[in-house]
Amino acid sequence: MSKLGNWVQIHDIILEPHQRPASLPEETRRVPLEMRVKGWLLEETAELGDTVRIRTAIGTILSGVLIADNPAYGHDFGRAVPELLAAGDELVALMKSNGAEA
Amino acid sequence: MTEHDYDSVMARKPAIMLGSLGLDYQPFMRDPIAFDYEALMGLVPYSIEEIRQVQAASGIGSTALIELRQLTQLARRLAPKGKGARIFVKDEASNPSGSYKARRASLSLHHAQRAGFKGVVSATSGNYGAAVASQAARRGMSCIVVQEVFDSLGIGQPEILEKGRACEIYGAEVRQMSVGPELFYSFLRVLEETGFFNASLYTPFAIAGVEPLGFEIVEQMQSVVGRMPDVVICTHAGGGNLTGTARGLRKAGATATQVIGASVDLSGLHMASDVDFNRKHFTTGHTGFGIPFAGWPDRTDVPRNAARVLRYMDRYLLLKQGEVFYVTEALARLEGLERGPAGNVSLAAAFALAQEMDEDRTIVVQETEYAGAGKQPSAQLTFARARGVEILRGDSEQEVPGKNVIIPDHPGRIKVRDMDMTRLRTSLIRKAVAGAGGGEISPEVAAFLAAETQTDESFVRAALN
Ligand SMILES: Cc1ncc(COP(=O)(O)O)c(C=O)c1O
Repeated sequence: MSKLGNWVQIHDIILEPHQRPASLPEETRRVPLEMRVKGWLLEETAELGDTVRIRTAIGTILSGVLIADNPAYGHDFGRAVPELLAAGDELVALMKSNGAEA
Repeated sequence: MTEHDYDSVMARKPAIMLGSLGLDYQPFMRDPIAFDYEALMGLVPYSIEEIRQVQAASGIGSTALIELRQLTQLARRLAPKGKGARIFVKDEASNPSGSYKARRASLSLHHAQRAGFKGVVSATSGNYGAAVASQAARRGMSCIVVQEVFDSLGIGQPEILEKGRACEIYGAEVRQMSVGPELFYSFLRVLEETGFFNASLYTPFAIAGVEPLGFEIVEQMQSVVGRMPDVVICTHAGGGNLTGTARGLRKAGATATQVIGASVDLSGLHMASDVDFNRKHFTTGHTGFGIPFAGWPDRTDVPRNAARVLRYMDRYLLLKQGEVFYVTEALARLEGLERGPAGNVSLAAAFALAQEMDEDRTIVVQETEYAGAGKQPSAQLTFARARGVEILRGDSEQEVPGKNVIIPDHPGRIKVRDMDMTRLRTSLIRKAVAGAGGGEISPEVAAFLAAETQTDESFVRAALN
């Protein structure tokens, strides 16, 4: 349950598939154009899936379906890429070898 | 009542754009094709010195120019005797929001504030959004960023998520959209609802803001090498980076410097495809923007685009994704610099091109961008691998965007690949004339199109036959 003043994310459909331009690739036109926005919850309490209002960082009041309470950014550094690490090692070795042959 | 459906909003585009720019484009719209480009740039009422002062007040510009001695050394080992130009890079990552985009945002917002706007809106893939948000924060203005982030499964790639986070950290309202060019529709609606300034990437202010970058390169090369740079390479997407830099180079007197664009080759991937969206590993500086914008600049959110690369670009080089990741690794391991993706596109091009140039020549890679969670090859390639894209070692020439990424098995694999400039120039000329209804063109229009493409009237007329 989310409470008044929680930092939340809402979801809204901007264009349904039939409202999207015909020029789009098939796979894009099959799905709606969606928007997600974060802001402060303006309802006393709300559950995920409820239609709620929020106040964004600059004060815009928007309404949409509550989809997350303080969602994770969701990105990180990933894992090392062995293929690149190996390339790095090769380059360092190459620069240390004094021969002109590369 | 105002209608908000797609067609009605798009039909109001000219009116919305005029009201949101604080600039009078009417004098440039009289002829469907020709207009006075220098007069358009002349709407910016500041000299380059004044622009530098505005930017310096925000800590923008005067970035370091770093010589990449080890990479130059490596290029010389691979090159025929006597070849291997010196490679320099301009460390634009040290700008306030982490990329050269701060230069564009600062002058745009300076103008917006003077024109009395209370807030700004930007539609962008990311770095520019962060730059606008950062400048808005400094000026006490409200900022809305409309960003294409997710596919229809709600998944966004790390680099895009990072760019969105950066906008939020500066206090912007970020409207995160799913895939589709109708982002522009949402953008127009926001402009209409708020009456905010359209912080377009393509106004004369946004381009003039980049000119000091080119100007500084000349000053720094004069001081370090004692000469103008022979080549400046710019990572190219929408064209403002190259256009502004080239104009700055010229203003500093570097009329003989070759200006080269570089983009990652994403051929085969469709930019408006919900499926392809997360199968590309670069979010800007790629051919999905670079080729259409070069061949037709006026596809954008202003009546006349001030970024017109074919006026300045002498060559256009294409890089494989694997080559750019490889060079990103090389920059970290051999030069001790961890930098974000966009500048490394030009760097990969510089590394290959250096091997064709004499040792006493110079190449300047005109930018780096910041590296942070999401921006590294580790983040982007971990994401790619999890989605079934193969990461291999081998010959980058075999790379198929969306299917695999081939990390070169030897630095000698990184190649100079020229995009056909004649094709791009011809395409611009034909598109301009067809858009105006076709037919005979006047000598004025022919001269305009020759200037647009750095050609002459006979090239223009031949292109139309
Ligand atoms: C860091 C960085 N470098 C280069 C570019 C390319 O600039 P332009 O779109 O003006 O060609 C971008 C733009 O997206 C960028 O963010």
